[in-house]
Amino acid sequence: MGDLVLTKQALDRIDSVLANMLKRSGAHTVLLIDKAGQIISFEGSMDQEKVSSLAALTAANYGATTAIARLFGEEEFTLLFHKGKQENLHFSNVGEEYLMITVFNNNTHLGLVRLEVQKGLAEIETMFAQNLREWFNA
Amino acid sequence: MAIISFRSDEIHCKIVYYGPGRGGKTTNLISIHKALGHQARGELLSIDTAGDRTLFFDFLPMDLGSIGKFKIKISLYTVPGQVRYNDTRKLVLKGVDGIVFVADSLEARRNNNIESLQNLNDNLTEQGKGLNSVPLVFQYNKRDLDGSKVAIMPIEEMERTLNTQGRHPSFPGSALKGDGVRETFKKICMMTVVDVSARLLKEKGISLTGK
Repeated sequence: MGDLVLTKQALDRIDSVLANMLKRSGAHTVLLIDKAGQIISFEGSMDQEKVSSLAALTAANYGATTAIARLFGEEEFTLLFHKGKQENLHFSNVGEEYLMITVFNNNTHLGLVRLEVQKGLAEIETMFAQNLREWFNA
Repeated sequence: MAIISFRSDEIHCKIVYYGPGRGGKTTNLISIHKALGHQARGELLSIDTAGDRTLFFDFLPMDLGSIGKFKIKISLYTVPGQVRYNDTRKLVLKGVDGIVFVADSLEARRNNNIESLQNLNDNLTEQGKGLNSVPLVFQYNKRDLDGSKVAIMPIEEMERTLNTQGRHPSFPGSALKGDGVRETFKKICMMTVVDVSARLLKEKGISLTGK
């Protein structure tokens, strides 16, 4: 795993995908992090301090869940969902190294969030692939 | 694995405090949080068991000021030291940019230190890294017990058994009293940032200071 260099253009593009996803899904916060727990980008209403902790904890949580999956002969669980009374979290894999976490409350519902996350993921995955190639060529 | 953002001009690095159980890793973080609380970006997050042992990890995000136009942001983690938590240690070690090995100066813990260092080496090897390829600083903790009834190892002996080739900087410390904590932290931060910037220059031709 090498260092990740993010250009302004790449980040702006990721942000616009995340912002669109938020609007369409009705979720209130979305984070893109790497599996080491570092934030790549986030959009939404959560405060920065909490977002850092959320990234560290969710990356570890995802790693722990992957270890559980392996106990059952699965490579990993590609989708995770935590339900609370008010707040819910939805996790999904982005490529090999990244995770997307969507935080939403009862103003929207899981089905819509999943659908929109899926669309956003597809866009981001194509983008990452392009960027990686650009970085290697540079 | 550092993240370098050219939009906000930030570099995010991950530093992990490693070492045998009950060696003072969490105490180091608590001490840093106390001394440099104004530079912290958030609260010290600790997931511990009913006792005082770390179950998963501790986490402390810090701002370190700037180099050139880049703001340096560091995430500090500790691992659980107990032998049986190796899966968790591997998880926390993922994408590490710098390591502090907190060794226990107690004579009785000599083998625990060696086993933990070996375990660190094994876990780094799995990531395609090694003790000599990641910035590493040793801290010989619990020096405040020197002169008490408890037998503690002389620094020279700890150097011989752990820092065998003398390649890595080392500091005596007492995490409980705060001695050596800041020195260790400053050193690992400096080494980590230098390492990340050297890699950036070599692999991507980017210089932090813009020269």
